[in-house]
Amino acid sequence: MVAPKFYNFDTLSLHAGHTPDAETGSRAVPIYQTTSYMFESTDHAASLYNLEQPGHIYSRLSNPTVAVLEERMAALEGGVGAVATASGMAAIFLAIATLMDKGGHIVSSGSVYGGTHNLFSYTLPRFGIETTFVNPRDPDAFKAAIRPETRLVFGETLGNPGIEVMNLPAIADIAHDAGVPLMIDSTFTTPYLMNPFKFGADIVMHSLTKFCGGHGIAIGGCIVDSGAFDWEASGKFPTLTEPYEGYAGIDFAEEFGPQALCMRMRAEGMKDFGACLSPMNAFHILQGLETLPLRMTRHVENAIKVAAFLDAADEVESVNHPSIPSHPDHELAQQLIPKGAGAILSFRIKGGREAGRRFIERVELASHLANVGDAKTLVIHPGSTTHQQMSAEALEAAGIGENLIRVSVGIEDAGDIIADFKTALRASQRG
Amino acid sequence: MQLEMNGKHVHWATGGMVSEDADAPVLVLLHGAGMDGTIWQLQSRYLAHRGVKVMALDLPGHGASDGPVLENISDMADWVIAVLAAAGVKRAVIAGHSMGALIALQTAARALEYFSAVGLLGCAAEMPVHPDLIKAAEAGGALAPELVVDWGFGTPSHKGGHPQPGLWAMGAGVRLLMNADPGVLARDLVACDVYKDALAALGQITVPVHLISGDQDKMTPVKAAVPLLQSGAALTQTVLSKTGHMMMVERPREVAKMLLDLARTG
Repeated sequence: MVAPKFYNFDTLSLHAGHTPDAETGSRAVPIYQTTSYMFESTDHAASLYNLEQPGHIYSRLSNPTVAVLEERMAALEGGVGAVATASGMAAIFLAIATLMDKGGHIVSSGSVYGGTHNLFSYTLPRFGIETTFVNPRDPDAFKAAIRPETRLVFGETLGNPGIEVMNLPAIADIAHDAGVPLMIDSTFTTPYLMNPFKFGADIVMHSLTKFCGGHGIAIGGCIVDSGAFDWEASGKFPTLTEPYEGYAGIDFAEEFGPQALCMRMRAEGMKDFGACLSPMNAFHILQGLETLPLRMTRHVENAIKVAAFLDAADEVESVNHPSIPSHPDHELAQQLIPKGAGAILSFRIKGGREAGRRFIERVELASHLANVGDAKTLVIHPGSTTHQQMSAEALEAAGIGENLIRVSVGIEDAGDIIADFKTALRASQRG
Repeated sequence: MQLEMNGKHVHWATGGMVSEDADAPVLVLLHGAGMDGTIWQLQSRYLAHRGVKVMALDLPGHGASDGPVLENISDMADWVIAVLAAAGVKRAVIAGHSMGALIALQTAARALEYFSAVGLLGCAAEMPVHPDLIKAAEAGGALAPELVVDWGFGTPSHKGGHPQPGLWAMGAGVRLLMNADPGVLARDLVACDVYKDALAALGQITVPVHLISGDQDKMTPVKAAVPLLQSGAALTQTVLSKTGHMMMVERPREVAKMLLDLARTG
């Protein structure tokens, strides 16, 4: 049997979305640092505004450099298209605001990024959108939480900070049985480690700031749509299936079919909310994507080594990474993320909050900061920083624990990372 | 836009606007195998907002039109004629892509009184389909859609550069075919494979026919259209460079303008 000859992942990481232009021959993706684009005529201008012809109008809506990034992310995820945003949080908001109105409801994994938790818990309710949080390891809980007004099921491929592996096939079936899409934050796995669309997800979002960029120099996000969800059949998404008076009465599903969500997000969301990605940041993130396969391979290799070291260390109570055989999702991770379950891990240090603080103070190679996914190893102790106001009991209830340390394992020599941790662990136990 | 015909729902995209001018030209657009009317999304709005009444039909069992899928090009042509009659269309230009081009030829030959011009996009005198592709389509899954998309797009699109910012043509093409009901693509491919009457149909058409080909088209290569050009019919051809079989996506502006010219002059 013949097989399609598509470019493979590593090639798409370098090339997707960009062909050197004939005029300059620039091999690198040019940075189109411009706000706006010359119209050929009044007719051309009108046709662009009315979505009669494809093209750029104003960089809040689209930009050639940003478009390369969008197309590359869509190619790497296997989607129909993508919309890049100013940050990962902007991407989540863009998708939600496109999909639902006041009265909408989300069923979300309870183990999500703090910013997402805050958006769902406090900000969206101000606009009449409620969220029910459930245990990411309990598909039945997702099913039980779905209401008639539910419009989205949400989770992360790897939970934060619990590193739970989301059972995408099971939860996708639950969402689809309810006539709603499954949206997945795939930031921790990147398209290299996992393509959520292959397991039934309908929409993927990324904080491109993290592993996709990898350098820690540019904030960005994106939504990628699989194009698989049947908005018409669901009947729950009038923003996509009924004429939109804000844009010449366009019925996005009728006119754009599988690309309806992308087109509506851009035509309304980028136009009205305006959280666009700058071309410079798009360029920086593209530089990161070019080496994504190489970096992620090294990230997960190092994460496995560091997790194994910590698991054997006397100063450590427990390690939370799916590569550890005792991790509750160890087998599921091998099924869904066989290349490696990411490079974020957490561990509980003996000696409580104070030992955690001393560990952080003593590391020299690892960087103490509030980010993940940098090529450099990063550490943070929530109990003495981001969550310092919380009591020990409250931290436990949040699944964090006052002795929990989160590590984003970088691509330095694994031996150097382990040596740094070994020294800091010893120091942590000296009161 | 929609109508009920023999108890079946018939759907077509209008491009978001329907001219109220009774004399506005009508352009019937017919999609290819396994696809639907949204494949004309980069042309339909352009045409509709320039005074063309667009009927980008979903063939039976495709897109939002009720099934069942019709088994052969002849039946599809009869269905198009019936739809035009039901819609009250008296005169139109008809254009089709790939399988849709075969239907356009057959339809125009059978009911020439309806049509003032014919557009053929990605068309050849015959469209034999590799048995492995038909077998893959019958088996379902992603292989057949991926083969169609691989062969359907020219080399530039394999890297990207979609004219609509942010869209990925290869993924969108596979998804459009994957979203079709099971068996639809296979039946359409068989219909293309067995249809051998293109030259005969062309011989009966006395109105202008314009053929748009892509120089990188692997599915209906330029050389496979030579018999059409040599048939003696009033046929003209445009060959788009660095373009495969999916010219509506690969070269949307050029295709839109050619269709506009066809609609206005037909």
